Amino acid sequence: MNARCHERSDFVSNPSECTRLLAELRSALPHLTLLDRLEDVRPYECDGLPAYRQTPRAVVLPRTEAELKAVLDGCRRHRVPVVARGAGTGLSGGAMPHAEGIVVSLARFMKILEIDPRARLARVQPGVRNLALSEAAAPFNLYYAPDPSSQIACTLGGNVAENSGGVHCLKYGLTVHNVLAARALVLSEDGIDDVLFGGAAPDSPGFDLLAALNGSEGMLAVVTEITVRLTPKPETAQVVMASFDAVAAACDAVAAIIAAGIIPAGLEMMDRQAIAAVEPFARAGYDTEAAAILLCESDGAPEEVRHEVDRVIRVLEAAGVRQIRISQNEAERLKLWAGRKAAFPAVGRITPDYLCMDGTIPRRRLGEMLSAIAAMEQKYRLRCANVFHAGDGNLHPLIMFDAHDKEEMGRALAFGAEILELSVALGGTITGEHGVGIEKLAQMCVQFTPAELAAFAAVKAAFDPLGLLNPDKVIPTPARCREYRQTGGTRPEERDARTESDG
Amino acid sequence: MSLGVRAVEGERLADPILDGWREQLRAAADAGTTLVIEGGRSKHFYGRPISGEPLAATAYRGIIAYEPTELVITARCGTPLAEIDSALAERRQMLAFEPPRFGGSPTLGGVVAAGLSGPRRMAAGAARDFVLGARLLNGRGELLNFGGQVMKNVAGYDVSRVLAGSLGCLGVLVEVSLKVLPQPPEEASLRFELSESEALERLKGWAGQSLPISASAWNDGALWLRLSGAGPALAAAKLKLGGEMVEERAAAAFWTGLRDQTSAFFADASDALIRLALPAAAPVLDLPGPRLIEWGGSQRWCRAEAERWPALRDLARACGGHATLFRAPPDFVPDEVFTPLPPPLLRIHRALKQRFDPAGVFNRGRMYPEF
Repeated sequence: MNARCHERSDFVSNPSECTRLLAELRSALPHLTLLDRLEDVRPYECDGLPAYRQTPRAVVLPRTEAELKAVLDGCRRHRVPVVARGAGTGLSGGAMPHAEGIVVSLARFMKILEIDPRARLARVQPGVRNLALSEAAAPFNLYYAPDPSSQIACTLGGNVAENSGGVHCLKYGLTVHNVLAARALVLSEDGIDDVLFGGAAPDSPGFDLLAALNGSEGMLAVVTEITVRLTPKPETAQVVMASFDAVAAACDAVAAIIAAGIIPAGLEMMDRQAIAAVEPFARAGYDTEAAAILLCESDGAPEEVRHEVDRVIRVLEAAGVRQIRISQNEAERLKLWAGRKAAFPAVGRITPDYLCMDGTIPRRRLGEMLSAIAAMEQKYRLRCANVFHAGDGNLHPLIMFDAHDKEEMGRALAFGAEILELSVALGGTITGEHGVGIEKLAQMCVQFTPAELAAFAAVKAAFDPLGLLNPDKVIPTPARCREYRQTGGTRPEERDARTESDG
Repeated sequence: MSLGVRAVEGERLADPILDGWREQLRAAADAGTTLVIEGGRSKHFYGRPISGEPLAATAYRGIIAYEPTELVITARCGTPLAEIDSALAERRQMLAFEPPRFGGSPTLGGVVAAGLSGPRRMAAGAARDFVLGARLLNGRGELLNFGGQVMKNVAGYDVSRVLAGSLGCLGVLVEVSLKVLPQPPEEASLRFELSESEALERLKGWAGQSLPISASAWNDGALWLRLSGAGPALAAAKLKLGGEMVEERAAAAFWTGLRDQTSAFFADASDALIRLALPAAAPVLDLPGPRLIEWGGSQRWCRAEAERWPALRDLARACGGHATLFRAPPDFVPDEVFTPLPPPLLRIHRALKQRFDPAGVFNRGRMYPEF
């Protein structure tokens, strides 16, 4: 996609201050990698959502905490906005630079500082890749459980910023459930503080600010060290592929599995369009005649897995399954998963561009949402393949379009916005794991009242009183929300009326 | 698009109880007084002692939604925990963080505001890990929704988890949505005769393995383990672990007494009860009185004279943890009961308090004297 973002900045900064900051950093830190030529900073103009781009004034790549601290202190003194960046795999434009600011890449902070197999924890720098940590923990028969699909590239600092999930989070939790502590630099009027949030001991005193840091999209503090819980590798795992004639039947089967008291290690669904895109690409062995398939994984001790898989199969049979395939060995298990993991690139192969949505809804409304999406395909004259983390109601509709056709791109964006607004109306949320970033600012006005948005701004101001860290993301200004509503966006009418009268 | 969901919500919130709370809030803000949020008073001993006009959260009660296949329950703050428990038990589900009852009748709001977790905490997670959403009445009289009723939600900051354990200092938790889990199909308890150091050593060794240990407790020469899971997994674990099997009823009584602090160790009220939260790998500590160790070594209770509390707090800090003066004898009025916050963290706390409750009405001073 080559669309440019024309969002105006809500953050008022003085461009000449940034010029002064850069000159100061060059003389004070001669060894600091500081890029400010257009061709050098261009690779940083967007993250994994290229629809939103902005070149920054400069990019710095500190190697040491002392350098990082000096850079942030410079930003603080000169009031220059700063966007911290990990691997840039985010899908909501959260790492898009500020036009008058700098990007601080944490990519060079890639040391695993400690793995303590007895305490089952690891202490890492923020630039350590998610998968690299699991690889380093493997000799101890441990791994790091949250596994976003970008885990080969994405960093733990980025995972904290986004509170990343993955396909195993129903059983093993999100990032917030697996991070024990984060050391971070906090900027205030008076200086920079090195603050420990959480700790290796449970239930840190005071408010649980670590919970706020997880998923704060780099807006509250710059994380410099993360302590995570490691999980013992299950002795074995088995996946069941089940196909259904109707999407509704697959949804019912998901509910029935949960009702039976089973919390699978992974529970994923794909619809007909997704299967059709994936199967020729990944040859995973899915039932291509089916309206939907489920992948349901059990892990644990061999006897436990055998027992759980038997129960899952009984539930699936009662739910009117078409076909069942059970992985008989690790190779088959990986092959069945390979299709799901390749879903995005597979769809990317059959369309010039796609938009990936991320709404989460109560599981029992999945059927309703899918019928609505089918109707929207007609309305917007665009195809949409559906991939879900069915266990936790997190949808990833992939809307297919051609970004070279501006009119078509407009339809795709409207399609996406309607899905997100419906997610809210069905009792869910506009984003389950990809974050708000710059992409979903408008939909924040749908999900939250002005008072709630003001509360988010209050949290931001409590941590970052100068408002320098990743400004203009996540929290839309009241003016932006009014504008969005005037241009036809839906709004929480009843809630607005109620909250304003609350006084 | 249908806005039906919110229309219903609007009706539900036009509630005389909430209006009454707003009245109380306005009056307290005008008079510069404190409102003390009260649920079942089962944890009135917890936190710094404060006085003020009570805000009776028990009046606002009832389960709003419970959908077992969604693994979510939403209820009003004054709903008795017992009501939640029995609704969940009917569908063989539970609050997996095993909130303590302390021999009283806690409410859901109190459970979440205190943020305390029971024996299953190290295996299943803490209270905050199960909070999916919350509705807050802040000090400005605004009703604010954070999070929601779904498993994954990263729209905006995760304020509802911050509210867990905030001791009502940011406002009244009006409603809470919690993730629930299936009850384990089977449970079994084992007992080992071990010294404190042997017990800690064993616990450390087991922690790195994939074992279905759902609770542990050492006291007075005996280590107790509870195993939870499917039958075959328990059988395999029992073979691996050894120890002697505890009869089912005795085991249930033991874990309940531990969770609710009704067992003999907690009974003597003449001493203070001090809680040390430590990295699990912390060594045996030289504590001045009887001790009970939970959570694989991470939570250690000590009975001691109240005057020993500052020294124990410093000891916990030196081990990379923190301590709480959990229960003080009636004649002892402490200034601090929680480990003090470093200045930058205190600054953030005060800023949050200032913005959520500008007049400082709700539970002022319950957590720290500064707010």
